[in-house]
Amino acid sequence: MEKKRYERPTLRKMNTGLMNKFGSKSENTPVTHIENNSVKSLLKEYGSPLFVISERQIRRNMRNASRIFKTRYPKVQFAWSYKTNYLDAVCQIFHQEGSWAEVVSGFEYDKALKNGVPGNQIIFNGPDKTDEQLLLAARNNSLIHIDHYDELYTLIRLSEEHRMRPRVAIRINMDTGIYPKWDRFGFNFENGQAWNALTRILNSQWLELVGLHCHIGTFMLSPAAYATAARNLCELAWSVKERFGKMVDYIDLGGGFPSTNTLKGAYLPGTDTVPSIDQFADAITDVILGYGFRPEELPLLILESGRALIDDAGYLLGTVLATKRLSDGRRATILDFGINSLFTAFWYEHKVSPAQLHSRQTEETVLYGPLCMNIDMVRENIVMPLLEKGNQVVVHQVGAYNMTQWMQFITLRPAIVLIDEENNTHIIRRPETMEYIDSLEQLPQHLKQDV
Amino acid sequence: MRIRKNIAVSEEGFLFNPTTGDSFSTNSTGALIIRLLKQDKTLPEIASELCDEYDADRLLVERDLEEFASLLKEYSVLD
Repeated sequence: MEKKRYERPTLRKMNTGLMNKFGSKSENTPVTHIENNSVKSLLKEYGSPLFVISERQIRRNMRNASRIFKTRYPKVQFAWSYKTNYLDAVCQIFHQEGSWAEVVSGFEYDKALKNGVPGNQIIFNGPDKTDEQLLLAARNNSLIHIDHYDELYTLIRLSEEHRMRPRVAIRINMDTGIYPKWDRFGFNFENGQAWNALTRILNSQWLELVGLHCHIGTFMLSPAAYATAARNLCELAWSVKERFGKMVDYIDLGGGFPSTNTLKGAYLPGTDTVPSIDQFADAITDVILGYGFRPEELPLLILESGRALIDDAGYLLGTVLATKRLSDGRRATILDFGINSLFTAFWYEHKVSPAQLHSRQTEETVLYGPLCMNIDMVRENIVMPLLEKGNQVVVHQVGAYNMTQWMQFITLRPAIVLIDEENNTHIIRRPETMEYIDSLEQLPQHLKQDV
Repeated sequence: MRIRKNIAVSEEGFLFNPTTGDSFSTNSTGALIIRLLKQDKTLPEIASELCDEYDADRLLVERDLEEFASLLKEYSVLD
């Protein structure tokens, strides 16, 4: 007789009291495949843990966002936010879909050039640009977004010294009614600083003002805030036109659109609360179209969306290392990845699914990572099937920021695999090795030992 | 290691402790263990029976059994 499938014994104390009318959904539907590739075979071939990126989903997201904006406004350009995920393969997919590059450091700028992005399609943001990087960007005819007065005056000096006239915009911060106000970047709108900076640029023969830029925050849940931002930029563009007789080429609303991940502390899941891209598009384009510009002078609308275009294209696969019971009776499950790989576990209640069939029994558990640190927690409390050592799990919506903000702490970073549109797998970043880490280190002669 | 005499256990794995008023639910593996404990079986004997019944590794079963027994003790289900 065939033996029954084993499941470890559970004992759950029944509690009486008021029920939560919203309930809580258990994540016990197994995710055994990602686009026809079995999780088991992926982990066997590439090792555990493993990041997996879906090319199909990236293209779907990009085309969807592009369609939403372009059906509402005549001139739209997306610029891929490199900091969100600057794997070459990922960047190339976005560039193939027509995105420019939006970079925030010299390193990212060089990466965009290496990816073959024409210099005039690179937007150079951020507060840290060296003289050499500013010169390079100016010579490449890139769009330099000035962050502060020191940068503005450096650029004027460099332009005069090198007889150049770089194309520039300024980043503008403002009160859009959301907290926290990101006033550490750019020039302030309300106190007149932004207008003063614009006046300084427009009075300089060495700089060409081509645009206005803002980036009001991250994981923004309020389309109305974008309407405010768009209105303020339009007001500045109008003033520039009135006072200096020049219409800016573009208005850049930055990024910050949310994915449907669930923020920590949120009462309801992100899928129920996050506004759609259509709502953001309505808020932005209604303002610009209704501001009063003539049709031929409507500025190009640039969007630097990152997270909303890639989060749901990324998965993190991993394996259960152990389960245990904590002193207060709670179940704890230890996974082979933690905050070192899944940095966004600091912000989100990530959805985690089992990768194999289980019985209908579920239990509440803490999901810990493997690091020898108390803060290494993937989920503080999640209802999962009865996991055991060797079981595999899938973390959803990890495409944004994890593969740029991950840490090489006490272990090596895992491989990243891309599933193409024909469901073939390609390794796009090899797992790190001891040799790779060691290659950067140097041991002074007096510390060397004869082995 | 015995189940307290006054603990009511249903076939489906529902436990009621009249002394504390606590109720518990368990899965089929837990229900089988409790049934075997009621028959005064020792932990090694129970582990053998579980391995006969289920497709499971003996070491894994012993580990789970150890943990389950400590949980029963903690909830005053065992003497």
